[in-house]
Amino acid sequence: MDYIGEHLLPGQIGHFFAILSLVASLVATIAFFKANQEKDLLQKTNWLKLARISFLLETVSVLAMFGTLYYIISNHLFEYKYAWQHSDKSLQVEYLLSCFWEGQEGSFMLWSFWHCVLGWFIIWRAKEWEAGVMTVMSFAQFSLATMLIGVYFFEHRVGSSPFVLLRNEMDAPIFSSPNYLEGIYNQGGQGLNALLQNYWMVIHPPILFLGFASTLVPFAYAFAGLMNKNHEWIKRSLPWASFSAGILGLGIMMGAAWAYESLSFGGYWAWDPVENASLVPWLTLVAGLHTNLIFKSSGYSLRTTYFFYIISFILVLYSTFLTRSGVLGDTSVHAFTDLGMNVQLYLFLNVFVWLPTIFAAKELKTKLQIIVVFIAANVISYWYPWFTLISIFGSFIWLTVLLNKHVPTIKKEESTYSREFWMYIGSLVIFLSAIIIIFQTSLPVLNKLIGRKYAPPEDIILQYNQIQIFVAFVVGFLTAVTQYLKYKDTPKEFFGKNVLLPTIISVVISLCISIFGGIHYDKHGAGFLFAIHLAIFSAVYAIVANAGYIWIGLKGKMKSAGASIAHIGFGMVLLGVLISASRKEVLSYNTTGIAAFKQEKGGEDPRENITLFKGQPTDMGKYMVTYVNNYMNAVDRKKYYQVDFVPKDGGKGFSLYPDVIKMNKGGEGFSANPDAKHYLHKDIFAYLTSVPKEGEADTSTFQPRQMKVGDTLFYGSGRMVLQDVSLNPEGTKHKIAAGDSLMVLDILVIANSGALYRTFPAIRLNHDNTKSIADSVLAEGLTFQFGKLLPDQKTFEVGVKESKVLPDFVTLKVYEFPMINMLWLGVIVMFFGFILSMYYRSTQLKNKLLVKK
Amino acid sequence: MKKTHIILLVLIAGSIACLISFMGNVTTYETVASAKQKEGKFVNLIAKLDTRQPLEYDPVKNPNYLTFTAIDTLGQSIKVVYRNTKPTDMEKSERLVLKGKVNGDQFECKDILLKCPSKYKDDMEAAKKNLETTSR
Repeated sequence: MDYIGEHLLPGQIGHFFAILSLVASLVATIAFFKANQEKDLLQKTNWLKLARISFLLETVSVLAMFGTLYYIISNHLFEYKYAWQHSDKSLQVEYLLSCFWEGQEGSFMLWSFWHCVLGWFIIWRAKEWEAGVMTVMSFAQFSLATMLIGVYFFEHRVGSSPFVLLRNEMDAPIFSSPNYLEGIYNQGGQGLNALLQNYWMVIHPPILFLGFASTLVPFAYAFAGLMNKNHEWIKRSLPWASFSAGILGLGIMMGAAWAYESLSFGGYWAWDPVENASLVPWLTLVAGLHTNLIFKSSGYSLRTTYFFYIISFILVLYSTFLTRSGVLGDTSVHAFTDLGMNVQLYLFLNVFVWLPTIFAAKELKTKLQIIVVFIAANVISYWYPWFTLISIFGSFIWLTVLLNKHVPTIKKEESTYSREFWMYIGSLVIFLSAIIIIFQTSLPVLNKLIGRKYAPPEDIILQYNQIQIFVAFVVGFLTAVTQYLKYKDTPKEFFGKNVLLPTIISVVISLCISIFGGIHYDKHGAGFLFAIHLAIFSAVYAIVANAGYIWIGLKGKMKSAGASIAHIGFGMVLLGVLISASRKEVLSYNTTGIAAFKQEKGGEDPRENITLFKGQPTDMGKYMVTYVNNYMNAVDRKKYYQVDFVPKDGGKGFSLYPDVIKMNKGGEGFSANPDAKHYLHKDIFAYLTSVPKEGEADTSTFQPRQMKVGDTLFYGSGRMVLQDVSLNPEGTKHKIAAGDSLMVLDILVIANSGALYRTFPAIRLNHDNTKSIADSVLAEGLTFQFGKLLPDQKTFEVGVKESKVLPDFVTLKVYEFPMINMLWLGVIVMFFGFILSMYYRSTQLKNKLLVKK
Repeated sequence: MKKTHIILLVLIAGSIACLISFMGNVTTYETVASAKQKEGKFVNLIAKLDTRQPLEYDPVKNPNYLTFTAIDTLGQSIKVVYRNTKPTDMEKSERLVLKGKVNGDQFECKDILLKCPSKYKDDMEAAKKNLETTSR
């Protein structure tokens, strides 16, 4: 059949470049490998030339695929499934890129793109290490390219192409019409997930994927070292590891900022498996960065550095597997959809687990043994999934054995008064903390492998926190003191003299925070609270001691202060996290109409949401809050709700504009985005948890009722009692002007639900003018109008309006996050420190090479 | 034995202790019947919303009170109380993971995890339905 209006060329171009990129990266892998092995200089140069050309082709292919997909999405070519599934016509231009990484294919492409960029830096700078390192980079590119081809081998589809046509992927009657595209175009695509329509989603994924991609470089150096049995690489990997730790850390924390600004779980970190999976490689990489430094300065820790760099990239692959295989379905809120590529993802991971082990072996015989075991393990795993665990750990153990055998070490023990000793301990602590986190995160994987159904513990966040708080204490403390130790050995007086002042200052500051900081987080017992105070001390210590070290140790030489600055940033992050989390406060405790609620037996009632009626100021702890109005923004299709906050202590008020966006992709409700008022020392953070459905017009009218004091009347869902009448009373909400007299009724409304409300309708008398002032109980839909006093002087006529239509309202949750800016500032400082250190180490390296020549 | 080795062993022992204590705290996935047997114990109840029974939530009266009936795949049901706002699109979700404990004849829920057709692999199914109803 001939279909009308399809644009088939872009898809064909895309497919062509997908295949070309696969072939080019394979050729590049082989050619770089040959160039690495070749002893003959001429041959070597020839292979290298071929390899570079292939890598250039590979780069061009990736860029072309990127461009083609962008063309498809930005021109709304909905005949392509990717455009139809991830975008729509009304999307703002700035979010077109976000459509790329909503799907797995686009994010693989992004990852691949960064490998290309990093690859050219290596070709430019790595000199004699180029061939070895690029072998690994090209092989990683080849593996990624297989994810994007979407070609069938026998019954199995390999990869998932972003260039497939919708009509080939789906069976629907609409495709029997040659003019199907018109219908689909009019319908306009499935759109970008509402949660991703946020500016952080435009920049967070590229930075995070650059972080992921950059962990490959230290891995590739270590791998090349194993392959060539040459450990010189370790002098070159330092700037790369700094860069990677800086970027990956920044990417992760941008994700946290996105969660804080656009997700409504009320925070920046929830120990969600997806977050953990990216944090863990960062931790091991930081551990590797430190052992690398130890080796450079003292000759210790070479094997450990190998291991940490290798495991960091493997953990990146594992995190890829976790987030993309759908295995987290029951435990994570934001993993990718299962694309049916689990076997391929698993192989990707498994090959990279075994490759370093294979190349760590020296003799061909051992290599063959390992390959046989690798294949056998995978075959057995096919039948017995639990064997995968043995396979992976077996490979790590074998790798450790081989490293111990072939990588040299220093026999003499480190001095306890040396920097390397404590840096090594710190790295171990960080590494083990990473292992604990990834184990806890892997519970669903463990279930799958051993056929159990364990569910996460009751308070999963506490499970992480109660362990990591001690890690934070130890690491913060070591960060503070270790720089004051010298490599090899430190005279005791020297250490004591220098570290004394920072220690005293830190003790004083942290005591002040502990005593006056209002940290009373006793929800989990006194022990946990004590641990928080300990960790606060060590965070302060890390900041003060490292700031001090820039002057005491480095004499103010900022160029070499990268590490100290990164440590200060780390301390600030810790301090920001500790204070903002332990003093996070729910401001929206619901107190309206609560007095007489039936207390349900047992069970706690957190009452964290508060309902505001339009125009009616409501008491919310420190603030009077009013929901003022809402409006629809046509550009971003979000509905904004203005909520005014007036502090009761007479401070300056402010307005927040939390919004909701209608869910797409099969959802019908709304998704809420928070808004926050940023102060220097705290954030007031609010998001909507419930909004009314579109209402209808109010047609109810006032019904006159007659009451005496003490009378009870019934209404639809409760009763009301006229409690009292007073003239010019004090303490009600009515203001009394001079010359006025005010008669106020005091009516108690008792709802069937048990809630109690008081309401004060009144009449204002000014000379001969009388004016009725109505009052209402919006929660019950009641409005009262004081009609008149009947001639018997005892009976009052009260107009009662019982409205069936819901009043306009919003329900929201409000938090206070103290000191959260310390966290964000710390992230920036830490990033700056890493980059400075990268720059310093790479100029150091360059100078050394120049001296050699 | 080197000092680093001793410290390493201590740290590893500590880590293993942490993991064992973690495994001691893991909970279980339950059906209505098995959750009732474990009254008072924190469990993950897997069920779905019983749409034939009323779902009670009125943010105007009390935004922190949601009650509904959950029914599991075996057809047994239990009343659920959740002291929070109603999760968006709860009616559309096909599966609920209810975290909480049975208390008397009701399930006191602390947290609800929704499995919506909008997420995960049912995504395309939902989209397909949408396409079929498109005017041709």
